[in-house]
Amino acid sequence: MAMQWLPPDWPGNFWAHWAVFTVIIVAFILVMFLAFTWFERRALAIMQARLGPNRAGPFGLLQPVADGLKVLLKEDIVPAKGDKLVHWLAPVVAFVPAMLIFAVIPFQGGALLADLNIGILYIVAISSVTTVGIFMAGWASNNKYSTLGAMRQIASVVSYEIPVVLSVVGVVLLAGSLSLQQIVAAQDIPFILLQPLGFLLFFIGALAEINRTPFDLTEADSELVAGFNIEYSGIKWGLFFLAEYAEALAISAIVTTVFLGGWRGPLLPDWLWFLVKVGIIFFVIVWIRTTIPRVRIDQLMALAWKFLFPLALLNLLITAVEILVWPEVSLWVFVPVNIAIAIVLIVLWSKFFKLGWGKVEV
Amino acid sequence: MATTAKTKEVVINTEPFVVNFGPAHPSTHGVFRMRITLDGEVVVDMEPVFGYLHRGIEKLAEERTYTQVIPLTDRLDYLASMSNNLAYCLAVEKLAGIAVPERVEYIRVIMAELQRIASHLIAVGSFVQDCGAFMTPYVYMLRERERILDLFEMVSGQRLTYNYMRVGGVSQDVPDEFIPALAKFLKEMPGWINEYDRLLKDNEILLARAKGVGILPRDLAIDIAASGPVLRGSGVKWDIRKADPYSIYDRFEFDIPTGTVGDCYDRYRVRVEEMRQSLRILKQAMKGLPRGEVRSEVPHLIRPPAGEAYGHIEAPKGDLGFYLVSDGSIAPYRFHVRAPTLINLTVLADMMRGWKIADAIVIFGSIDICMGEVDR
Repeated sequence: MAMQWLPPDWPGNFWAHWAVFTVIIVAFILVMFLAFTWFERRALAIMQARLGPNRAGPFGLLQPVADGLKVLLKEDIVPAKGDKLVHWLAPVVAFVPAMLIFAVIPFQGGALLADLNIGILYIVAISSVTTVGIFMAGWASNNKYSTLGAMRQIASVVSYEIPVVLSVVGVVLLAGSLSLQQIVAAQDIPFILLQPLGFLLFFIGALAEINRTPFDLTEADSELVAGFNIEYSGIKWGLFFLAEYAEALAISAIVTTVFLGGWRGPLLPDWLWFLVKVGIIFFVIVWIRTTIPRVRIDQLMALAWKFLFPLALLNLLITAVEILVWPEVSLWVFVPVNIAIAIVLIVLWSKFFKLGWGKVEV
Repeated sequence: MATTAKTKEVVINTEPFVVNFGPAHPSTHGVFRMRITLDGEVVVDMEPVFGYLHRGIEKLAEERTYTQVIPLTDRLDYLASMSNNLAYCLAVEKLAGIAVPERVEYIRVIMAELQRIASHLIAVGSFVQDCGAFMTPYVYMLRERERILDLFEMVSGQRLTYNYMRVGGVSQDVPDEFIPALAKFLKEMPGWINEYDRLLKDNEILLARAKGVGILPRDLAIDIAASGPVLRGSGVKWDIRKADPYSIYDRFEFDIPTGTVGDCYDRYRVRVEEMRQSLRILKQAMKGLPRGEVRSEVPHLIRPPAGEAYGHIEAPKGDLGFYLVSDGSIAPYRFHVRAPTLINLTVLADMMRGWKIADAIVIFGSIDICMGEVDR
C-alpha cells in the first residue's frame, strides 16, 4: 500500500503547522473525552444489565455536556488545613502531561505536531509527570485517605515504569527507531503479532500506570473512597477526571501506534483507522473495568517485580537474539515462533508465580 | 558477636495513625464506624463504634401490642424482613401457646427461604464489590433479587418491609398467580447461580483477595457464639434448622454447606451453596403446600400468660432470636433481640489485625452485617 504522508511542515510553514496541530490535539482530546465518557458509561451499563445515561439528548449523547456544566458550576472547596497553592496546582500538573503525549502521536502519515526522533523516550518521560500531580493532590489535601492513595500511586508507577519501558524496547529494536512515525512505517506486520508478549506486558503495565481496574488502587473506592481526589470538587475535580480519560486515551493511542500499526489499514482512510483502533483498545479497557476485581497493593507490587519484569527482560533478550542472529530471515517466520514463545513463557511463569493467597509480609 | 565494622542503618521513623472509616463510607454497609489504627497500609488495631442507627426498637416494642410489634421487626434486618417476622411470631406463639395451621407453616417456610436467597444475593454481591469489582456482580445479583421482591410484593404488597406474618398465621393467603410465578423463579434461579459461579468462583483476583484472608478459626468462632454463614464458613456444621428444628423444617431434605478454613472465600462459598439448598427446600415446600386456613383463632389483643419465651430461627445472617417476657398484659414486658450480626461483629477486630487496609474492607464485607439489626 502506498503511503501518502503529509509534508512535515504541513500546511505551510513551521508556525502554521504548530498552530494547526495544537488546536487539533486540544480539540481531539476534548471531543474524545466527551465521547469516551459517554461510551464508557453506556458500555459499562450494558455489560452490567443497566441502561446508563439515556435522558440528555439522543441516546444520552449530551450527558457529558450536562456533566461538564454541572462540574463547572459547583463550589470549589479547599480544605482549611490544606496547602492551597499545591492544591490548586495539582490538577494542572496532572492534566498537562497527558495532553503533551499527543504531540508525538501520528494521527496519520506525517500528521503529528512534532516527529521527535526520541518519541518513545519522550512519552515515557512525560507520562510519569502525571504522578507528581497526583502526589501533589494527595499531599495538599491534608487528608489521610488521599495521602494513602497518593503513596500507592507513587509505588505503582515506580514499579510499573520498568516493565513498560522494557517491553517497548523490543519494538524499538524491531523498528530501528524511537520515532513513532518510523515505528508505524516499519509495521508491515503489526507488532502485536511479532511482539505478543511485549504487547501484553505493556498493556498490563499501562493499565497500572493510568490507574484503571484492576490496578485502580489510587482511587480504590471500596476502601479509600476516591483516593487522591477525595478533597477536590468543581472544575478541579473535573480536571482530574479529564486527566484520567486523557491518559486512557493516550495509552490507547500509544498501543495503537506501537503495536497495532497506527493509522495503517486497508480500505478506510488513515485517520479513521487510527480512531477505530484507539476505540477498540479503549473498549478493552472498559471491558476489563467491568469484569475483574481489584488487586491488593502487595499483589500489585508482586505482579510488577515477579511476573512482568522478568518476562519483559526475557522478551527483550529473545527479540534481540532474533534480530541479531537471523537478520535476513523474513519477519513472518517469527510471528508463530513469538506467539508460541509468549504462550510457553506465560504458562511456565504462572506455575512459579501466584498472585498470593493470604498475608504477605512486607 | 561483636562486629568491628560499624554499619550505619538508616531508620525512617514512622508512626501509626488513626483513620476513621465511616459512619459515611461506601463500604461500611450502612452507618458502621471503624476507628482503624494503621501502620502504613497495615491494620494495627480496630475499634468499632456502633449506635448511629439506634432507634430504641426494644423499648418501643414494650409499648405496643404483640401484633403492633411485627412492623418494628421489619426494620431490624431490613434485608430479611420475612425472617424477622417469622422469628418474632414463633416467639409469641411459643409464649401464648398458639398453634398455626399446616398451610401457614408451608407459606412461612417458602417466604423464609426466598428471603434467605434475597439476603445472600446482597451479601455476595456487596462482598465482591468490596473486593473491587466495579458494580457488575452487585447489579447482576440485584437483578435476581428483584424477582424475589416481585414475589413478595404479590403476597404482601410491599417490597422491603413486608409486615406479612401474623401471630398464628399470615396476613393473607398467597394469591393464585403466586405459585406459578414461584415455579418459574425456581426453574430459572439455578442457571443464575451457575452464572455467578462461572464469573466469580475461579476468578484469579477474587481468589487472591479472598482465599486465606481474614481467617476465623473454628474454636474462636464457637467461643464468640458466631452463627450463620460466618460460623459455617469456619467448618462448624451448626444450623438451627437442623440443630433445633422449628416450624416444619424437619420434613425437608437439605444439606448444611460448610467451609474448611474459615477465610473470606469460604464464607462466600457457603452463602452461594446455601442459596442452592434453599432452592431445594423451596421445591419441596411448593410441592407439599396443602390447602386450608391461613390464620388460626387468635384474639384481637393477645394476652399471653405471664412468663417468658425465646424463639429463634436460622435467619440469613445467623441465629436470630427473640426473647419475650409477658406480664399478662397486651404488650410485652420485655422484648429483646439476639441480633446475629452484632455478635458476629464482635470478632471483627481479631480478624482484621495484621491485614492490609484493603483486606480489612473485604473481611468486613464477608461478615455481611445489616446496621438496622446491629444498632436496633
